[in-house]
Amino acid sequence: MTASRSLSFQDLILDLHAFWSAQGCVILQPYDVEMGAGTLHPATVLRALGRKPWRAAYVQPSRRPSDGRYGENPNRLRSFHQYQVILKPNPPDMQALYLASLEAVGIDPTLHDIRFVEDDWENPTVGAWGLGWEVWCDGMEISQYTYFQQVGGLDVSPVSGELTYGLERVALYVQGVDRVYDLAFNDPQSPDFKTYGEVFLENEREFSAYELEVADVAVLKRHFEDMEREVPRLLAARGRQGQPLVLPAYDHVLKASHLFNLMDARGSIAVAERQSYIGRIRDLCKACAQAWVALEEAAA
Amino acid sequence: MPQFLLELFSEEIPARMQEAATADLARLARDGLAQAGLAFDEPRAFAGPRRLALVVEGLPVAQADRVEEKKGPRVGAPDAALAGFLRSTGVAREALIERDGAWFAVQARQGQPTAEILARLTESLVGRFPWPKSMTWGTGKLRWVRPLHSLVCVFDRKIVPVELAGVRVGDISEGHRFMGPRRPFRARDFDEYREALAGHFVVLGAPERKRRILEGSRTLCALRGLELIEDAGLLDEIAGMVEWPVPIVGDMDPRFLALPPEVVRTSMRVHQRYFAVRNAEGGAMAPHFVCVTNIETADDGALIAAGNARVLSARLDDARFFWEEDLKTPLEARLETLKGVTFHARLGTLFQRVERIEALARRLALLVGADPELAARAARLAKADLATGMVAEFPELQGVMGGYYAAAQGEVEAVAEAVRDHYKPQGPSDSVPTAPVTVAVALADKLDTLVGFFSIGEAPTGSRDPFALRRAALGVIRILFDNGVRASAAHLASLADATGSDQAGAVAAFFADRLKVALRDQGRRHDLVDAVFALGDDDLVRLAARIEALGAFLAAEDGANLLAGSKRAANILAAEARKGPLPDGEPVRSADPAEEGALYDALAAARPLIDAALEREDFVGAMRALASLRSPVDAFFDKVLVNAEDSEVRANRLRLLTAVQREMNKIANFSAIAG
Repeated sequence: MTASRSLSFQDLILDLHAFWSAQGCVILQPYDVEMGAGTLHPATVLRALGRKPWRAAYVQPSRRPSDGRYGENPNRLRSFHQYQVILKPNPPDMQALYLASLEAVGIDPTLHDIRFVEDDWENPTVGAWGLGWEVWCDGMEISQYTYFQQVGGLDVSPVSGELTYGLERVALYVQGVDRVYDLAFNDPQSPDFKTYGEVFLENEREFSAYELEVADVAVLKRHFEDMEREVPRLLAARGRQGQPLVLPAYDHVLKASHLFNLMDARGSIAVAERQSYIGRIRDLCKACAQAWVALEEAAA
Repeated sequence: MPQFLLELFSEEIPARMQEAATADLARLARDGLAQAGLAFDEPRAFAGPRRLALVVEGLPVAQADRVEEKKGPRVGAPDAALAGFLRSTGVAREALIERDGAWFAVQARQGQPTAEILARLTESLVGRFPWPKSMTWGTGKLRWVRPLHSLVCVFDRKIVPVELAGVRVGDISEGHRFMGPRRPFRARDFDEYREALAGHFVVLGAPERKRRILEGSRTLCALRGLELIEDAGLLDEIAGMVEWPVPIVGDMDPRFLALPPEVVRTSMRVHQRYFAVRNAEGGAMAPHFVCVTNIETADDGALIAAGNARVLSARLDDARFFWEEDLKTPLEARLETLKGVTFHARLGTLFQRVERIEALARRLALLVGADPELAARAARLAKADLATGMVAEFPELQGVMGGYYAAAQGEVEAVAEAVRDHYKPQGPSDSVPTAPVTVAVALADKLDTLVGFFSIGEAPTGSRDPFALRRAALGVIRILFDNGVRASAAHLASLADATGSDQAGAVAAFFADRLKVALRDQGRRHDLVDAVFALGDDDLVRLAARIEALGAFLAAEDGANLLAGSKRAANILAAEARKGPLPDGEPVRSADPAEEGALYDALAAARPLIDAALEREDFVGAMRALASLRSPVDAFFDKVLVNAEDSEVRANRLRLLTAVQREMNKIANFSAIAG
């Protein structure tokens, strides 16, 4: 309806890969630890720190247990896909590159109303913030665009530009569909056509029940505390080259963060406790960030 | 005269910051040019989504040459001090001038070229621009609200040599991202610049963008038999989001008209920045909206309108979900949830607050002529909507939603109305409730807030008023006034002071303070306010009536003269009081001279009139009675010597003046009035 050709969900990803690959990005695979947003991938959080240039793009399934709707809401998912791009340092023409990427997936900016609307991004659990916008296409938010200023509580220099496309949102728009489960996942002409629902609806149903009702709060809490103990131990340990084990430590921060989200979805975190949990995760993340930067400086 | 043109071209500037940025840009330019001693016409500044611009006319090509004089050491100071002075100024020993015992270095300074001054001014302006939040980008150190790309910086049609790392400086800018030539353009003066922008689909000034939005939207609406629901705050924001405003009308699924209109309008405004529209005849909300886009498209915005309509449908689907879910739970049942919500760490939960407001509303009901049971019922339900899905989504609909939900569950109208309006008045332009049940709950809500925060030591200080207590106090005052509610402020506060925190006095004083400010803001003389407040009355309605009458009285000739007489009497009494205690007791009538007897008679005649008028709270009448004293007082001072030889005569005259003062002080403390 809105584009000259109607991209399937996977074509959208492939086209974005092709576009950002041509811009010199390494195309990474989703990280294999649960996380609430593509930003938390170590390819963004850790690589945004320090001085080394870095360009990467990847899809990251993002888990938001509290948003579970048992597959019954047409637009809300407990797990959705973010397309994440990080350009460090941000090139001067990053906005133009972003707009070109929209054209690459069939959004013609001379036919649509593309706007950059103030939205200052902040993620207190990883001690990160930046300035930027949410990008609107005909009134719908299709991306977040951020210039990082701090990560892990540390000022960043050079500054990374981060793009996050809400893939389901963009696909709904490009395909002119109202219900996420009706999205064409692959090419409708293909011999085995699948909708998004056929691929993911069952996941939404089962995981909504697990995350909102069944998950064992006592187990989650115990695991959280385990992760919390592991991070400093791993940062104190040394690898074969004498380095702290920052990457394994950071995996444990991600796990702690996801466990917190699960406890939150189960309603087991009192309002008064929230800030304290967030602070504990942030401290773990800061420790990793500092170790990462120290490691890079030592190598330089 | 040469002209300076500056454009700061950046990525999208938040809409809410643009108006202040316009003012800051003009101010920094004005200050910098004045400091450099240049003549100039008033700078004009502009802001839009991607640029700030400044134009200054009437500049000279260079600073005037001037003579600079610098004071050095005193004559006879140690050689080292003098040598240092010569070194720092670069002036020869023989060229120093001696004056008033000190050495002066006098140097002729050649005026700098204006272009040089503008270059430094621009650099410093960029470096210290007061953005509420700024950032760095790329590998640079420069800070701006978003990445700054380029400057147009020309003076007298020549490029000004500004140096800012990573920023292109010259005479080149860009227009609209997607419309027109989509190529950079050159501009060497403001006319060329404005013309180029127009050709590149950019409207430079916010006032012009607003005008186009309003006129365009009204025209579009008129064509379809609709009327724009205007919203000045929304207009300001939208004007900061588009360079080339193009309003379009979109269609809303008419099913959503079943939702409360406030919900639809709020969703449109908060999420989508649309204007709502109503039918031109009838005035009911119409199933359309006005969306201001940033582009003219080949299909006249058809795709854009359709896309926006779909987004709005998704938003309103959410809203309808909340509405339908919320209706399934009676408001009382929400009180359970409020037990788990902290109002303030030291003031308990929202549920505890509801219980306090309920008890208070019941008591206040008697005072304001409301049914106590209805007031209590309304108070009990007033905060329940804070636990609904809709208010979680749109906090600004608190109260409004409660009113709908109360009506839907069959509460009587007075209760539903009180639930809806009990937050009022929320600002100077908001209306004041007048329905008795609403008045009781609205007062209870605010009094509980005030007494609560005072009791935990959170009274406002200076500019700090995090709990908006000043607004709450002013709300109470306006409700009392508009409804003629008669009560002592201390009594109201003590009713609210359930815990016996002993804050009633402090809260009453706070009311008096806010009333003073409010009266001053209305242009009442603050000395009159002080004069009436000095009486110690704390019935706010009465205080205001007294001040009003006093103002009118003093504006008339009798009042002004009587004030002068009163001051004279006060001076005499004060002088006497310094010598020893004033004689007590009442004066007796003495007809020697006749003026003394006349004043005695006038006072005797006026006293019952004044008392009766005050009893009726007829302050105008009381002042009129007081005015009858004016000529006897004048005559008394004219003919009678207070400080008589005979001590009994003197004492009686002092008693008479004291009695006059006493009558006047029933109305106001005249000594506090400037005259």
